[in-house]
Amino acid sequence: MKNSKTTVLIKNNIWINNPVFVQILGICSTLAVTNNFKNTLIMAVSVTFVTAFSNFTVSMLKSFIPNKVRMIVQTLIISFYVIIVDIVLKAYMPDISKALGPYVGLVITNCIIMGRAEAFAQANAPIISFVDGFLSGIGYMIVLLPIALIRELLSFGTFYGYSILPENYISMTIMITAPSAFFMIAVYIWIAKSISFNKKGDKK
Amino acid sequence: MTPNINVVILLFASIFTGNIVLSYFLGLCSFISISKDLKSSNGLGLAVTFVLTISVAICYVILKYILKPFDLEYLRFIVFIIVIAAVVQILEMLIERMSSALYISLGIFLPLITVNCAILGVVLFMEIRKYDFLQTLFFSIGSGIGWWIAILALAAIRRKIENAPVPAGLKDAGITLIIIGLMAMAFMGFSGMLSVQ
Repeated sequence: MKNSKTTVLIKNNIWINNPVFVQILGICSTLAVTNNFKNTLIMAVSVTFVTAFSNFTVSMLKSFIPNKVRMIVQTLIISFYVIIVDIVLKAYMPDISKALGPYVGLVITNCIIMGRAEAFAQANAPIISFVDGFLSGIGYMIVLLPIALIRELLSFGTFYGYSILPENYISMTIMITAPSAFFMIAVYIWIAKSISFNKKGDKK
Repeated sequence: MTPNINVVILLFASIFTGNIVLSYFLGLCSFISISKDLKSSNGLGLAVTFVLTISVAICYVILKYILKPFDLEYLRFIVFIIVIAAVVQILEMLIERMSSALYISLGIFLPLITVNCAILGVVLFMEIRKYDFLQTLFFSIGSGIGWWIAILALAAIRRKIENAPVPAGLKDAGITLIIIGLMAMAFMGFSGMLSVQ
C-alpha cells in the first residue's frame, strides 16, 4: 500500500507534475546560476534539502498552527532551514557561497517549497511529506542540471571546472548571459511537452 | 566601503542595464503567470514598485542599526521576510481605509507580493553591494520600475501572440519564456550605455 503511494509520488513529482516544466514554478532563484554546473548542483541540493525538511516540519506541526497565520509560519520554517544551508555553505565552501551571492537567501521565496508545504504537507503524514519534498527536489534537479551542463560546456568549454573541449574552442558569449537561460528552459519545456502529448495521442 | 556611484546613474542602471527580472531572474513566477492580462500586469507592477521601495528602505534601517551593531546578521533572512510580510499587510490595511479605488486595483495583488523574490532579492543585493541609504532608495525605485516596464511589455506582446500559430508543445509557458529571452537580449543592448556592477 505504502509502496504504491511512493511510486505514485515518484511519477507525479518527476514527470507528470514536474514543478518546473508543468507548473513553471520556482525557477527564479536557480536559473541565475545555471551558467556553472557546480553552483547549480549545490543550489539544487540545497533546494531539495530545504523542501524535504520544511515539508517534514510543516506536516509535524500542522495541527498546532492556526489556519490564519499558517503562511507566515511556513515561511519562517523555510527560512530557518535556508539559514542552516547558508551557514553551512559559508563555513565549508566559502568560494561557492560567495559566487552564489544573494541567490542562497532567495531559496526562501522559491515557490516550489511553499507550494509543496501548502499542497502536500498540510494534509499528509510527516514521513510521506518528507519523501514528497525530496522527490520534488529531484524533479527540479533533473530539469536544471542538463541546462547547466549545456550552458557551461558551450560558454567556457568546461564541465565541473575541468576543460574538456579542445583549446581552440571559441566560447559563445550568449551562453554566459541571461537570455540563453530563458531559451534553454523554453526548449526543454517544448521537448518535455511534445513527448507527453505524443504519449496521450498513443493512448487514444 | 560604500561604492561611489551617482544615484541618478544607479536609477537608470537598475531600470535598463541591470533589469531585475531580465538579467537577474528575480520575480519570475508572478512575471510569467500574471502577464496573461495587461490590466493586472499594470496593477502588479505598481504594487511591486510600491512595496519594494518601502520595504527595502525599512530593511536597510533595521540591518544598519539593529542587526549589525548586535552582531545578529545570521538572522537577516528571517527578519527581512517578516519585514516584507508586515509591510504588505500594513499597506493593504492602509490602502483599504484611504482609497477604495486603489484598493480594488491593487488589493488582490498585495498578498502575492510577499513571496515575490524580486523584493527579497533587492534587499539582499543592497546588503551585498553595500549601498548607502540614498543609493538604496534609488536602486529599489529603479528596480521596481524596471520590473513594471518589463511586465507591461511582456503582457502586450503576449496579447499579440495569442492568435499566432505556435507549436502545441511550445504554447503558453514555452513561448513566453522565449519572448522573455528575446526581451532580455534587447535589454542587453543597453549595457553599453551605462555599466554599474
